Amino acid sequence: MTAFRLVLACLTLLLSTAGQASPGSRLWATGGVTTIDGSAGGGLVPWALLSGYASDREWGGTLALSRLESDDYSLDVAAASFNWRNRLELSIGRQTLDLDSLVFALKEDFGLEQDQLRQDIVGAKLRLWGDVLYSPLGQWSLGLQHKRNRTFLVPEAIGARDDQGTDVYLSASKLLFAAVLDRNLLLNATVRATRANQGGLLGFGGDRNNDHELMAEASVGVFLNRHWLVGLEYRQKPDNLTFADEQDWWDLFLAWVPDRRLAVTAAWVDLGDIAGLQHQQGAYVSLQVSF
Amino acid sequence: MTPIRPWLLILILAVTAGCQTPVAAPDDTLYQDLGARSGIADVVEELLYLIVDDDRINRQFRGLDVVSFHRHLTDQLCQLAGGPCTYSGRAMRPLHAEMAITDTEFNALTENLVLAMERNGIATGVQNRLLARLIALYPEVRNL
Ligand code: HEM
Repeated sequence: MTAFRLVLACLTLLLSTAGQASPGSRLWATGGVTTIDGSAGGGLVPWALLSGYASDREWGGTLALSRLESDDYSLDVAAASFNWRNRLELSIGRQTLDLDSLVFALKEDFGLEQDQLRQDIVGAKLRLWGDVLYSPLGQWSLGLQHKRNRTFLVPEAIGARDDQGTDVYLSASKLLFAAVLDRNLLLNATVRATRANQGGLLGFGGDRNNDHELMAEASVGVFLNRHWLVGLEYRQKPDNLTFADEQDWWDLFLAWVPDRRLAVTAAWVDLGDIAGLQHQQGAYVSLQVSF
Repeated sequence: MTPIRPWLLILILAVTAGCQTPVAAPDDTLYQDLGARSGIADVVEELLYLIVDDDRINRQFRGLDVVSFHRHLTDQLCQLAGGPCTYSGRAMRPLHAEMAITDTEFNALTENLVLAMERNGIATGVQNRLLARLIALYPEVRNL
């Protein structure tokens, strides 16, 4: 949890020094929020938007802490990102999954003493073309996420082939002004090449499939006004392990952006089955500070 | 003259007349929702105050003929909103091209416009409708 504490400390510091220089010139909430992988986007799906508010002559970034609690698990994420001139986003994230109810089963069935799964993610996202607000065809970005398990005992025991992997994705985002009841509509679509099991927390590759596959991800959001964004996300997932069936992810989110410095996101998340425990649904909360 | 001809003539007249008549009065609901020309003029005035205070862009506006700028921008927004105004200022592209406006500056101006509308009590939906029309000018202003 040291990463968590470090991010928390910086985040508090940033919030307490708020009121000085503004984080950047892009319009409110156009940096999205921080996904569980550390890249800018919604909660589960990366968007073509680059983190924070840096525009073409500026730099900036974000710090974020997130927590997801499903029926049998809890996931903590600490993440940081840097945005150079709204061209390149670099991010790091650390995920810690508390196995809660799975701990006993692991001990009984596999003789494993493990109560957490941990993974580090380093990400890069390049804006290829366009601006989400001003370009008729929206904004297009190419990203990658390199993921490494810090604890591989459990993924290995259930059949994962590798403790690291790299996702590559292409995203498009477009804001349509006054599209729904005169409210602005944000559309995002992402195609990801991945062999990650449960986003990588259960390792990479498996007996059913060991190659990168293309997955579709999408989200739709409506800006109630410039402070509130409500929306829906979908993330298709591979299903590489016979031992642990995996389903697509869904969430329904509400993000509050009181000003550029702060964003608070709450979501209802449906993760499907995870490592044999069925129907994982729960709540997600994320706090993001921009600098 | 065969008897068909007059009917054909009537038909043609009817069709072409149908094309020309009720040239529906231009939709000016956005103009009205913005508070007509005086409402728009207030927004532009507020925008000017915000620009002067904004270090990201006020350099560009140094030495501005405030009265003429105010009239021209008000007319332009009024026309864009479907109101009974005619923009009589200079063409967007050549005027802005020499300033080499960056995205940072464009965003700063958009932000100030939104704040100016907010301070004049313009509803979110009305702001969005104006922005939807304004962003069409982005390539001209940035000279892309
Ligand atoms: C959609 C965005 C924009 C619109 C619709 C717009 C519109 C206008 C209009 C109507 C005028 C008056 C022209 C005249 O009096 O002949 C003007 C002048 C001007 N604009 Fe823009 N503009 C936009 C963006 C910008 C940006 C981003 C900047 C720079 C930060 C900028 C800087 C200026 C300056 C400095 C003048 C005064 C030029 C002079 O009088 O010599 N404009 N603009």
